[in-house]
Formats: sequence, structure tokens, C-alpha cells
Amino acid sequence: MYKKLKLRYRYSVILLKELVRTDFKLRYQGSVLGYLWSLLRPLFLFVILYLVFTKFLKVGDSVPHYPVYLLLGIILWNFFVETTSGSVASIVNKGELLRKINFPKYVIILSVALSALINLFLNFIVIAIFMYFNGVSFRLQDFLLIPLIFELFVFAVSCSFFLSAAFVKFRDVSYIWDVLVQLGFYLTPILYPFSKLPIGFGKFIILSPISQTIQESRRILVTNQATTIGDLFKNNYLYCSIPFIIVIIVAIISMIYFRRSSKNFAEEV
Amino acid sequence: MDEVAISVKSLNKEFLLPHEKNNTVKGLFTGILKRNKFTKETQKALIDINFKVYKGEFFGIVGRNGSGKSTLLKILASIYSPSSGEVKVEGKLVPFIELGVGFNPELSGRDNVYLNGAMLGFSNKEIEAMYDDIVRFAELEDFMDQKLKNYSSGMYVRLAFSMATRSKADILLVDEVLAVGDAEFQRKCYNYFKKLKKDKKTVIFVTHDMHAVKEYCDRVILIEDSRIELEGNANVVSEAYTKMFNEDDITSDIQTTEKKWGDGRVVIESVMTDKKKLVDDDGEIRLTTKIKSKVDITNLRYEFVVTDGEGINLLGLNSDLIDGKIDIQKNQSVILEAVIPNIFSEGVYSLNITISADEKICEQRNDALKFTVFKKNGKQFLTTPPITLKISNAKK
Repeated sequence: MYKKLKLRYRYSVILLKELVRTDFKLRYQGSVLGYLWSLLRPLFLFVILYLVFTKFLKVGDSVPHYPVYLLLGIILWNFFVETTSGSVASIVNKGELLRKINFPKYVIILSVALSALINLFLNFIVIAIFMYFNGVSFRLQDFLLIPLIFELFVFAVSCSFFLSAAFVKFRDVSYIWDVLVQLGFYLTPILYPFSKLPIGFGKFIILSPISQTIQESRRILVTNQATTIGDLFKNNYLYCSIPFIIVIIVAIISMIYFRRSSKNFAEEV
Repeated sequence: MDEVAISVKSLNKEFLLPHEKNNTVKGLFTGILKRNKFTKETQKALIDINFKVYKGEFFGIVGRNGSGKSTLLKILASIYSPSSGEVKVEGKLVPFIELGVGFNPELSGRDNVYLNGAMLGFSNKEIEAMYDDIVRFAELEDFMDQKLKNYSSGMYVRLAFSMATRSKADILLVDEVLAVGDAEFQRKCYNYFKKLKKDKKTVIFVTHDMHAVKEYCDRVILIEDSRIELEGNANVVSEAYTKMFNEDDITSDIQTTEKKWGDGRVVIESVMTDKKKLVDDDGEIRLTTKIKSKVDITNLRYEFVVTDGEGINLLGLNSDLIDGKIDIQKNQSVILEAVIPNIFSEGVYSLNITISADEKICEQRNDALKFTVFKKNGKQFLTTPPITLKISNAKK
């Protein structure tokens, strides 16, 4: 069984690895510090955000370890945006290749998502540094982040499948998505603590899989004060499962849509 | 030979014409509103294609530009999906449709080997094992750490070809690879084809080169106007293909009366060449012109010009210049025979013939005849006269 699967997806796996590797080679090409930038860039960015939001704006004075709280939200959001926005035009950009050889198209999307996932991992290293200096203790429960990241990964990939396939037919998709991402950035409690939202509105916002995973992650990694979906709906199973249902529905629709349209990518791009 | 490698049954392919495409969301909405008014226009690229390729066969697909042969190849490679019909492929198929698939100019030669290898389905480990062989075959030992964008086109093709020959496929799709590269590279290509043929690999070969068709293909289909016009052995089909070009010439000759003019004192009765097509080994082409005079004329001038596909006057002859004095009496017929050495590059050439006397044209015929030249080296230069190169050490 395992062997059969391995044989079937052998080509996809080979291709996926190589595309991710190529992406990294190209990204830091010609820079003196090279791969080091994938650590340095978030580090500098975080220092700036830290200074702006904790020393000047003082948004999160009420939240313990606010810097880590803030950065965790940012890196998870960035992962989502990097995957989706990076995917939108990815099929069209690979048009040359699509017209020359037949390969599983989903590999293109997965390679974008995997690159973003690797970046997320590197960002977590930087977060760990901030945690250390902020006096946040490392605990075993931190590993509970993994299923949460998996949930976010599935959601991001699903959105990407839909967006990239739709972009082949309608080039407006990238502009629409740009606007939605901006909107999402301010609606989602990333820069401000969740508690600043009015309760009613907060109950609505937390249903988004992104808000839900960000808040959940903050609770696990940073502070017990981070409000999660369970707190808002008093652990009502029906409401608490809404984000997951959203993820599953988006995943199914996207995959069907992508599968169906991928047959004609070579002609349409 | 009875095992089928590829079978194609009543295959049709249609493309939506591009101007129908809704590339914006607005277009989608207006498209929905006006749906009834739109009748979708399609372009038929392939109509009712049926053929079988058996294992171990070298199978040719020929046809003019735009006849649909590349579309067919892309369907066989499952790059395009058929609109209707069935395509069955038995065994692992590697499309050779273009060399160097996935090559990235910003990466080094080495990185590109791994990237292209992945495209061909090789894991990193497999590539590592054959890396040295690939580089040696491409003769690029000293250049592998340079970026691909700094490669010459020859180096690029060599690397790509070296990769392509590694593919472990049961069926290979080859699309006019030979059109690129220099003579040395083409020799390598031909050697590779010979090896494929010897190894009894199934090869689908799309080309314009009738010389290669005759040399390698067991069976050939000719595609014309999206349909299979003819299926048969290499000689039969390449004959028909070449005729197709020449038939065009005859029709153009009849249709275009404005291409023939003059005062009619002397008329051109016929224009003939001994060959309609020339290949590398043909040393010359003989041009025979038969003329008949209606009056007595001394000092007749006979002139012909060979023009290439772009209308450039490539070469010619003027009987005045070679002191060939032609005197002709009333009702006399004269045959003029010119021998032109085969210094042509690949292409289609046409002949313009002029008979004149006393500075007045008796009869001129433009595009009186066309002939086709096939050369291994393609069309690198306008002409290919024999040139020798002597290499000797300079004295200090």
C-alpha cells in the first residue's frame, strides 16, 4: 500500500522538492549574506514593529508579553498571505512550462505553500529569540501549535487552489485578492489585542479560521489571557467547529474546481 | 510488432477562439446576460484522427505549418486534453517536445541539470549518479558553475540534449529538435536516433525534414487541414508531401497570368527541372527551358533568376554576360539547359525567366517553377558553396 502510493506520487514529490529548492536558490541569489537573510529580514522587521507598537503606540499594554503576542500574529498572517498571494499568479507564471510538459499542476501550488511554510519555521526561530528575551517560558504544550499550523496550512493551500485556477480565467482575481487581504489584515486581531474588539463583533471575527488559529496559538505559546473561540462560545461544540467546517468546505470546493480547470491550463494560460 | 504503444481513436480537438475569452469578471457578467446572443466560435485543430503506433516503431508525423501536427503531439503528451475521442498510451512516455524544459537562466548549469532532471522524473540521487556522464556528453566540464544565461545557444542546446537522452522512456515524442543547433549537434542527434532505432524504442517524430523521414521512419502520417491525409511508409508519404508543395506551384502558375508578360515575339513553351527537390547529396539541378520564336531574331537574351522564399535574387544567369549568342529563326524551337550547382540552403526557391531582344521583353515569367531544397544544416546562410579552410601553424 505504502509502496503503491510512493510510486504514484514519486514524480510529484521529486518535482515538489526541486521547485522548492529552486525557489530558495533564486530568492537569495546575488546577495552577500544569502540564506541568512531569511532569518535577518524577519528579525529586523520584528524589531521595528516591536518599537512602534510597544514603545510609541502602546496598543497592547494590557496584554502580558505583548511583543511576542504581536509577532506571533504577524508571522501566521504572513504565512497565509505569502501562500495565497504567491499562488494567485503562479499557474499563469508557469505557463511556459505547462505548454511543454505534462505534470501534476497542484505541485506548483504546493511548492509555493512549502516555501512559505519553511519561512514560517524560520520565523519561529526568531520568535523563540524574542520569547527568551521577553521571559516567556517554553513549555511542552507549545507543540500543540503543530495541528494549528496544519489547519492554517490546509486553509491557505485551499484558498490558493481556488485563486490560482480562477486567475487563469479572470485576471481580476489578483486585484480583488489584494483588497481582501488588506481588509482581512485589519479585521483580524493581528496588530491590536483581541480584547479591543466589541464582543459581538469579536464573536463574528473569531469564526474565521485565521483569527481562530492566531488566537489559539497565542493562548498556547504566549498568554492565558488570549481569548479563544472556546471562551467566546463557552465551548459550544457547534459554534466552535465553524472554523473547521469553513476550512473543509473551502478545501473541497477549491480542489474540485482546481482539478476540473487544470485540464485546460495549458491552453488557457 | 503487434503490441500497440499508442492508439488514437476518432480524436477531435477544438480551440475556443481567443476573442471569445472573458478575461475579466465584467466580461463574465455581461457574458451571462448576453449568453443567448453568443454563438461560441471554435477553431477545429484536429478532425477525426485515427491511428495506431506499434511498439518499437519509428513513427513520423509530417504536415505543413498550422496543419495540426503540433497540437496532435501535445495531446499525445497529455499537455492538451482532447475535445472528444480517445488516446491510449501504453508505457512511460517522455515528451521531447522541447529541449531543456524548466531551464532557468538565473541558475547555474549544475542546478539546471537537477531541475530539468526533476522535470524528466529523476530524483536527486539518480541525477547525482549520472551527473558526470551528462556533463561529459554535453562537453561542458568547465562551465557547470556558470549561470545558464551566460551560455551560448550551442552550449545550452548541448546541455539540454544531453539531459534528454537520459530519459528512460518506452515512448519518445520528438518535435523538430533537429531544427536547432549546428552541424555537430545535428550529427549527435542523428546518432541518438540511430541508437533509439536500434534499441527498438517507440518514437513519434514530427518534422519537415523528408530526408530524416526517409532515413528513420517506418511509418508516416501526413496531416493536412486538421485531418490525416495519408498513412503509409516513409517513401510514399514523403513523396506525397513534396508533391503537395509542387502542386501549389502549378496552381499558382495557372492562376497568376499577371506573372507572365511580354510582346510575344518569342514564347516560353515549357520550363522544367530534373528534380523538384534537392537533398544534400544532389550535386546540381538542371533547368531546361524550351522556347519558340514567331519571327527571326538575332542576339536573343535569355535570363533566369533564382529567388529564395523571401524574394531575394539569390543567383542567376544572363546569356549576354557569358557570350552565349542565341540566334533564332521563325517557328524554330530552341532548348536551353542550365546546370546550377546545389549551393542552396534549405528552403523553397522559385525561378523567374526572361527572354528579351533589342532591350524589349519577349516573354517574362515570374515564379515559373519552384523547387524545394532539404539540407541537414537547415538555413544558416543564404547559400552553401563549398568552402575550404586551411589551418597551419604560424611561424614565429
